[in-house]
Amino acid sequence: MDFGLPGGGTARAVDGVDLDVAPGEIVALAGESGCGKTTLARALLGLERATRGSVSFEGAPLRYSTRALKAYRRSVQLILQDPTGALNPRHTIYDAVAEGLRIHGIADGETERVAAALSRAGLRPPEKFFLSYPHELSGGQRQRAVIAGALVLEPSVIVADEPVASLDASVRGEILALLLRLRDEMDLGALVITHDLGLAWSIADRIAIMYLGRIVEQGPVERVLTEPRHPYTRALVSVLPDSPLPEPVVLAGELPDAARIPSGCRFRPRCPEYASGRAAAVAEACESEDLAVASAEASSHQVACHLHRIERRAAA
Amino acid sequence: MTLLQIRDLDVTYRGPRGAVPAVRGVDLTLEAGRTLGIAGESGCGKSTLAMAVLRLLPANAVVTGEILLDGEDVLTMGWGRLRAVRWVGASIVFQGAMHSLNAVQRIGPQIAEPILVHEKVTKAAANRRAVELLEMVGLPASRARRYPHELSGGQRQRVMIAMALACDPDLIVADEATTALDVMVQAQVLELITGLVAERGVGLVMISHDLSVLSATCDRTAVMYAGRVVELGPARELFARARHPYSAALGSAFPVIGDAASRRRPGGLAGDPPDPAALPPGCSFRPRCPVAAQGCAAAEPELLALPGPGERHSACFVAQAGGPVVVDAQGSRS
Repeated sequence: MDFGLPGGGTARAVDGVDLDVAPGEIVALAGESGCGKTTLARALLGLERATRGSVSFEGAPLRYSTRALKAYRRSVQLILQDPTGALNPRHTIYDAVAEGLRIHGIADGETERVAAALSRAGLRPPEKFFLSYPHELSGGQRQRAVIAGALVLEPSVIVADEPVASLDASVRGEILALLLRLRDEMDLGALVITHDLGLAWSIADRIAIMYLGRIVEQGPVERVLTEPRHPYTRALVSVLPDSPLPEPVVLAGELPDAARIPSGCRFRPRCPEYASGRAAAVAEACESEDLAVASAEASSHQVACHLHRIERRAAA
Repeated sequence: MTLLQIRDLDVTYRGPRGAVPAVRGVDLTLEAGRTLGIAGESGCGKSTLAMAVLRLLPANAVVTGEILLDGEDVLTMGWGRLRAVRWVGASIVFQGAMHSLNAVQRIGPQIAEPILVHEKVTKAAANRRAVELLEMVGLPASRARRYPHELSGGQRQRVMIAMALACDPDLIVADEATTALDVMVQAQVLELITGLVAERGVGLVMISHDLSVLSATCDRTAVMYAGRVVELGPARELFARARHPYSAALGSAFPVIGDAASRRRPGGLAGDPPDPAALPPGCSFRPRCPVAAQGCAAAEPELLALPGPGERHSACFVAQAGGPVVVDAQGSRS
C-alpha cells in the first residue's frame, strides 16, 4: 500500500503481504511502530484501499461500494486500544451496544440482542449495565462494553488493535481470557495487532512478525517465539526478560522510514548476521533480493531470510 | 553512607473532595551503585513518590516524613540548597519525557542548560559536554543542532536521559522512562541506563508497572498498592515467587515466553486499582484478593520481614502467617 507524501515521493507502508486468518483462529500481528501493522489492519477493514493486491473474506474479494462495505463490517468488527475514546461518554452502555444494530437497520429483538452481547462479553447480569454510563465502569468493564458492541452484530472475525494496552496491567488478563472464551464458545476468529510478544504468547495460535511493511516470519506461536529463525524475530525475542534465547541481541538504530526502503533485503542494514559475516555465503542475495513470506498451511513456519529460510520438505 | 533514605513518607493532596492520601507511610533505602525497582499501577503513589524525592510536588501536597539524600533531608532543605541538589544530587527522567522538551529550542542548548546553571563553565564548554552526553546515549553529535520534533520518540527519551546525566548526579529516578517505547528501543535505553549506573556508581530508582522488566534490571523491587509498599525483596525472586497476592497477580500479567503454563491462561484481577480518595476498610487489596481471610477486613497489614532466607518483606496477613498467596488452576491454594 503506497501513500503519497507531501513534497513528492511515496511511502510504501505495506509491501507484499499475504496473511490468512482461519475461522476460530487467533492470529497476532506483531511489530514495532512504523512497521505497517496498523495500515494493514485498516486495509483489512476496508478503511483503506490497497494499491495492489486484494483483501478476501470467505473466499470472495472485498468490494468497496458503501453497501458492500457495510455488509462486510457486520462480519469483521474492529476494537481499538482505548475504550474510553471508543465509548461516547453521554450514551448509556445500552445505547453504545445497540448503535451497531441501529446502523445496520436491525430492529427486531434489539433488547435481547444487546443483553446477549453484554452477557457474552462478561457483563452480567446485562440489565444491570443498560443504564450505566462509561465513567461508572472500571477500565476492564469499559473494554468489555466495547467488545459487546462488536459482538452484537455476530461477526466472525474481530480485528483488535492493541486491545489491552490502555488497561492497567492487572486488568489485562480478564480481557485476554474473554477473547479466548469467545474463540472457544463462538468460533470467533481474531487478528490481534500488538507490539507485545507476551500477549501473543498468552493467547494467539499463530503469529506474523512485520518489519517495514513486510511479514518476515510467520507460523505457530510456540515455534516462532521459542525457535525464531529470522534475525529480526530473534533479536526481538532475545531482549525480553527471561527470554528462551540465551543472549540478548540489542539492535542498533530504529526502523527506517517507509519512504526509503533499503535495496535487497530490507532488514540488511541492521542485520547482525549480515554485519558479522555469518551470512557471507548468501550476502549477494541479501543485497539484491527481498524475500516474501508466502501464505500457506496453518501449521507451517515460514521465514523471509536467505540465510535461515526453512526448506519445504514433503512430510516434515 | 546510604544514598537515599525515605522514612515514613506520607503525601496527601488537599483538594475539593477533601484530603486524598497518595503515599502512606513509605520506608525505602538505596545504596550508591544499586538499583531499586518500584512496581505498581494507576493510583498506587509511585509517581508521587518519585516527585517527592526532589520536592517537585504541587502546592496542595502535604508531605511529612524524611527523604535523606546523602544524609540531608530534601524536605527541610532551604530553597537555595534544593536548587543546587536538583540535577546535581539527583535527577529524574519522566514517562513521556519526550513531551517535556522545549519545542522551540535546539537539543544541544537544552542539554547544556542544567550544566550552565549549576557549574561555572563557559557556554562553549557546556555545549561540548552536551555533545559528549549525546554520544554517550548513542546519538550522533549532529542531533545537537536539531529541534525535538525532528527526533523520534526513542531518540527524545534518550535526550532526556542525557540531560539527567548532565551534572553527574548521584541518584537517577526513572519514572516509566521506557514504557511508551518499542521493545527494541526499550532494550537499547535499558542497556544504556544500567551500563551507566554500573560505570559511574550512580544509584537508580526505576519505576514501572512491568514487573518482568524490573526483575531483569534491578537488584530489589518494591511493589506499591494504594499508597503503600506491599512487598519488598530481591527483584528476580519477587517476580518468580511473589509473597503478596497483588504482586503475584501483577507478575502474571507479564507471561514469560516459553513457559507452557502461561499459554492460553492469561492471569489478572477483576476490578480496578482503588481510588485513593475512597479506600476500603482493612487491607486495601482485600476486595480484589483471591486469598483474603477473616482478619483482612479488620486492619491494614504492616510491611513485615518474612521468616526464612532472602530478605523478603510482605504486607499481607496471609503471607505473614505462612499461607499461600495464589490460588492455582485447580482452585486449590499453592
